[in-house]
Amino acid sequence: MKIAISATDGNIEAPYAPNFGRAAYFVLMDTDTDTWQAVANPGMSASGGAGVQAAQLVINQGAQAVISGSFGPHAYQALEAAGLPMYLAPAGIASSVRQLVDWFKAGRLHVIGGPTNAAGHGATGQAAQGRR
Amino acid sequence: MLSIVVASGKGGTGKTTIATSLALACAALPTWLVDCDVEAPNAHLIVRPQLERRQEVGILIPEVDHERCTGCGRCAQVCQYHAVAVVGRRVLVFPQLCHGCGSCNYNCPEKAIRERLDIMGVLESGPTPSGVRFARGVMHVGEAMASPIIRQLKAWVRAETGPSPHDQLLILDAPPGVSCPVVETLRSADFALLVTEPTPFGLHDLRLINEVIRQLEMPAGVIINRDGIGNAQVEKFCEAAGLPILMRIPLERNIGQGLASGLPLIDIRPEYRARFRELADHIRSMVQGKPT
Repeated sequence: MKIAISATDGNIEAPYAPNFGRAAYFVLMDTDTDTWQAVANPGMSASGGAGVQAAQLVINQGAQAVISGSFGPHAYQALEAAGLPMYLAPAGIASSVRQLVDWFKAGRLHVIGGPTNAAGHGATGQAAQGRR
Repeated sequence: MLSIVVASGKGGTGKTTIATSLALACAALPTWLVDCDVEAPNAHLIVRPQLERRQEVGILIPEVDHERCTGCGRCAQVCQYHAVAVVGRRVLVFPQLCHGCGSCNYNCPEKAIRERLDIMGVLESGPTPSGVRFARGVMHVGEAMASPIIRQLKAWVRAETGPSPHDQLLILDAPPGVSCPVVETLRSADFALLVTEPTPFGLHDLRLINEVIRQLEMPAGVIINRDGIGNAQVEKFCEAAGLPILMRIPLERNIGQGLASGLPLIDIRPEYRARFRELADHIRSMVQGKPT
């Protein structure tokens, strides 16, 4: 099957990206053939709707499952509508994309039942803009 | 009519303090005070309006007719704000991202998209005991976009001001910061009155708002509030940037206490009433290019 992993760079040894919508790249791995390719995420520096844009990208690439560190509500909604299960990378470990694929294949990653963050917050959970 | 926007950059510098007292000092002109901080309006606490007129506002967001939709994905392609995603044949609309531009329904080859009004807030206006005419916008909790409400608030007030006597004054209390809602408030105004405090934080954000008013090619001046704290860097910056310092308000505990109990500055320190009248006249001269 084809899975998409959010990545900080366009290769399988790169650390995974902690937030889905703002990832620099997605590595698309075919777990049957063990071949992969990387695509840049145009949503990375979008002023808004990054989660939607990233979701549309991996959906259009034919991914059947997604792995990332966190998923905002718009990304969650779009991926759920497409029927893509969302797997969470283990917190606190700077795993590489390859390590996450291995854990996925071993059935050790958990699927989320709802978005992990509020809108616009990203992996750190801090508000995107401070006021006053 | 002369329109002055009271803006800052840094929040909490004293925009509402100054906007309300400027309006109250000029109440007889006549004067309008428009609270454009639709996310957290507070000018009403000082001028105490009787809100008589009310209008709901929102933007037009898309609604897809699933019978006619073929899932071609054109709507998602043309949406600059990624407010539409097409998943298989399902179209997902994200109302919080939608800017109401209408590109999706314009470009739909099947004419499968209708528009519906998504209410985001309310406009309110009315008289105040001082004679100042008051208007504000209030954005509903949970909404993300203030700019459409501010735009409609300004148009609503314009429609109400009617044929305006030459001396009429419109004062807009801007939101804090330098982002889209502030630009929307500043747009088409005659003058930007920038309120700052003489601290590194105040200076940092004053530089940012100065960039904005330069891009808008708008005449501007500065009021230094809480004068006496911090350092002289703000003054040096104003001189280098060609921003006239129009007033200084020294830091005084009594002013802070009075404001906290809902009193306007000109009631706490009555000598400021004449100073604000003079400020309005000075700004009018600057805008009209007459020698002061």
